[in-house]
Amino acid sequence: MTMTLLRHLVAAIVAGAVIWALSVQLNAFRDYQMAEIAVYVVAIAGLSVLIGLSGQISIGNGAFMAVGAYAAALLMLHLNWPVWAVFPASAAIAAGAGGVVGVAAARLSGPYLAGATLLLAVAIPSLATRFPGVFGGDQGLSLTVTAPARLGATFPTTRWQAWVCSVAALIALVLLANLGRSRVGRNWRAIRDDPVAAALTGLNVARLRVLAFVVSAACAGLAGAMLAYTTTLVSPGSFTLSLSIALLTGAVLGGLGSLAGALWGALVIVLVPTYVTDVATSHGLSTTVAANLPIAAYGVVLIAVMILFPDGIQGGLRRLAGPLLPANLTRLASPDRQQPPGELSDGLTSPDRRQPVGEHQEEGTT
Amino acid sequence: MNGSHRTRMLAVAATVIAALVAAGCSSSSSGGAGAAPAVPGITKTQILIGSHQPLTGPAAPGYSEISAASNAYFQYVNAHGGVYGRKIKYTYLDDAYDPSKTASVVRQLVLQDSVYAIFDGLGTPTHLAVVNYLNSAKVPDVFIASGCDCWASGHPYSFGWQIDYIREGKILGAYVKSHFAGKKIGFFYQNDEFGTDGVKGLSYEIPASQVASKQSYVPINVNIGPQAAALKAAGVQVVVCYSIPAFTALLKLAALKIGWNPTFVVSSVGADPITLGGLLQAFAKQGGKTVVGNQLTQGIITAGYLPTLGNTGNSWIALFKKVHDTYDAKAPFDGNVLYGEAVAYTFVQAMVKAGKNPTRAGLVSAIESGGLSQGAAVAPYDYSMTDHGGMMGAYIGVIKNGVVVQQGPVWTTDTTPGGAVTQFTGTQPPAPASGMP
Repeated sequence: MTMTLLRHLVAAIVAGAVIWALSVQLNAFRDYQMAEIAVYVVAIAGLSVLIGLSGQISIGNGAFMAVGAYAAALLMLHLNWPVWAVFPASAAIAAGAGGVVGVAAARLSGPYLAGATLLLAVAIPSLATRFPGVFGGDQGLSLTVTAPARLGATFPTTRWQAWVCSVAALIALVLLANLGRSRVGRNWRAIRDDPVAAALTGLNVARLRVLAFVVSAACAGLAGAMLAYTTTLVSPGSFTLSLSIALLTGAVLGGLGSLAGALWGALVIVLVPTYVTDVATSHGLSTTVAANLPIAAYGVVLIAVMILFPDGIQGGLRRLAGPLLPANLTRLASPDRQQPPGELSDGLTSPDRRQPVGEHQEEGTT
Repeated sequence: MNGSHRTRMLAVAATVIAALVAAGCSSSSSGGAGAAPAVPGITKTQILIGSHQPLTGPAAPGYSEISAASNAYFQYVNAHGGVYGRKIKYTYLDDAYDPSKTASVVRQLVLQDSVYAIFDGLGTPTHLAVVNYLNSAKVPDVFIASGCDCWASGHPYSFGWQIDYIREGKILGAYVKSHFAGKKIGFFYQNDEFGTDGVKGLSYEIPASQVASKQSYVPINVNIGPQAAALKAAGVQVVVCYSIPAFTALLKLAALKIGWNPTFVVSSVGADPITLGGLLQAFAKQGGKTVVGNQLTQGIITAGYLPTLGNTGNSWIALFKKVHDTYDAKAPFDGNVLYGEAVAYTFVQAMVKAGKNPTRAGLVSAIESGGLSQGAAVAPYDYSMTDHGGMMGAYIGVIKNGVVVQQGPVWTTDTTPGGAVTQFTGTQPPAPASGMP
């Protein structure tokens, strides 16, 4: 256990150093994009753990992001809480919401669960327009974020935002990585692979499912607070259904159940649209074409990844480079495919079950 | 095994950190030495400006024409010598009407592309996501495409342009009060600042005793049957709508269905006859009915702040039609195109006024000095040191055979409850023959 913790901490420190160096080298807008990537990494990682490890699905994590973002905005505006207190508090509030939803969700599976969480994604953001006095209605709540004065007057705010969000993201990832490697993570995999067998061995399936929802919602809440801190505005227009879908897409693209995959997913979501627009406009395409090209590129990337690497980008990298890399650097509490045979519980898991979600749906309908 | 592994990991980490620290230090010391460029986005030959626009997504139909029309006018100006020899380059990025994306694309424009100013950023919720950022970065944020009263004060670098919803509400309210005395009035409004600001303006003019019912809607719920029924039950004879075109059309059809036939008074936002007629036909078709859009829009009362499209004798309409036909002929010549060209004209006016060596602060003081003539607008602007709102007046129009026809004079007012709605006695100066300010 301690070795795992140490390894994750070292990895986080190295990643932190790389991020710091990048943030200093890159221009202020790239710093802003780094903060955005950090937001999506946390949100996607939380969803990826839910789907890849516990075998549940959520199309409503954008709603938990909204909960976290509004919590952060209200705490900063009315109580003037500092950011290091706001982030955990927002995560905790979203976790509470996740617990409530999780209790209901643990009774559902497959398409029914997807439908119930879809409802959240639609309903929660419209609460903001329902109670404009508290949540600022359609205009939302705007925040002021400034870098600490001792960094100097010319220090770019976006670099400070990138630092804060990256530190928060790294802490969240270390915690998730340890959780995934812990008893809880193993239990999640057990209920994902075969809930009946897991229950027979004495695991409380319902409680574990609720717990997975709580963890996932906490990540989404933290990501929401980070988004509020980055964009300095919280409004219902930011938490549309397409955000929830984008998170799901990012998780699938990157590789379900893999934290490294969450990074790939976030990179695709944040960087592909700007990159494609830049290329399109620099090649003199008309704005109408250039504006629609990112959506097309996004679709092409999704299709290509699903055909070439059905396990997502991280799964594909693992397959290509698998033999060359030490397993514990690339695999984190991964789904079944690349695991050493010894880790599969023989007789409980059929070898052809590779897609946790599909598998779960199958069980939900039998 | 474990011990050696740990040592190796730590050694790798330490090396990486050391290398990165060295890299970081060297870059930051060299970065401070370079001289800053004089004014971002301004070169000897070019003025670079940017914008956020809904080019995709639900707000794109109609609104996506605006930025292309502005660009058409800039091309016209560039072809005729530019502004003091500088050509205007207009980069407008898609935010899909999502405030998070607005925050991102505006930072891209300011931090990476180094635009001189943000021009005509579209939408209230979207622009609110960047207004504080732009003001803290001291980037001119001119002629925002939103009638929110929020830009009028408190943001030194931001300027509105079109008439705000409070003023428009007061002008419509004054008309309703004088023309429909003794009739029962109902309000139908969008439940956000657009609708509530409009209702605020209406309430300043229409006596509360005359208002029989106030019904609001949220844009994500298209079932407005209950609101229509409530308005009918209250005996409403004149319904004033602060609604976007889709919901104006839905209310009209719902009223038809329940046999309620009030007079419609609609904000300029929700009353473009071309958009409205198309929506009415499309919605009716979904319900299995065939209607003629122009018949249903007949008689709708609205307000206008630019010359009517049908008024081809107006020199501004003639100028913008000419520019449209040369540079933007693929788009229909409708209200959105007129808007885009008219706001672009105002920007060129302001740039000319900012002088041969424009700075960011110089553009702001050029607008604040109050000397911008009204251009294509039917009433003057209120720009001053203390007021950054925009147009002060509008006329009342009635839709006849699919076009808005102006009724009577132009009215001006302010945004206060007591400020009178007065007739504008000036006349609109004609468009310059060159087409350039």
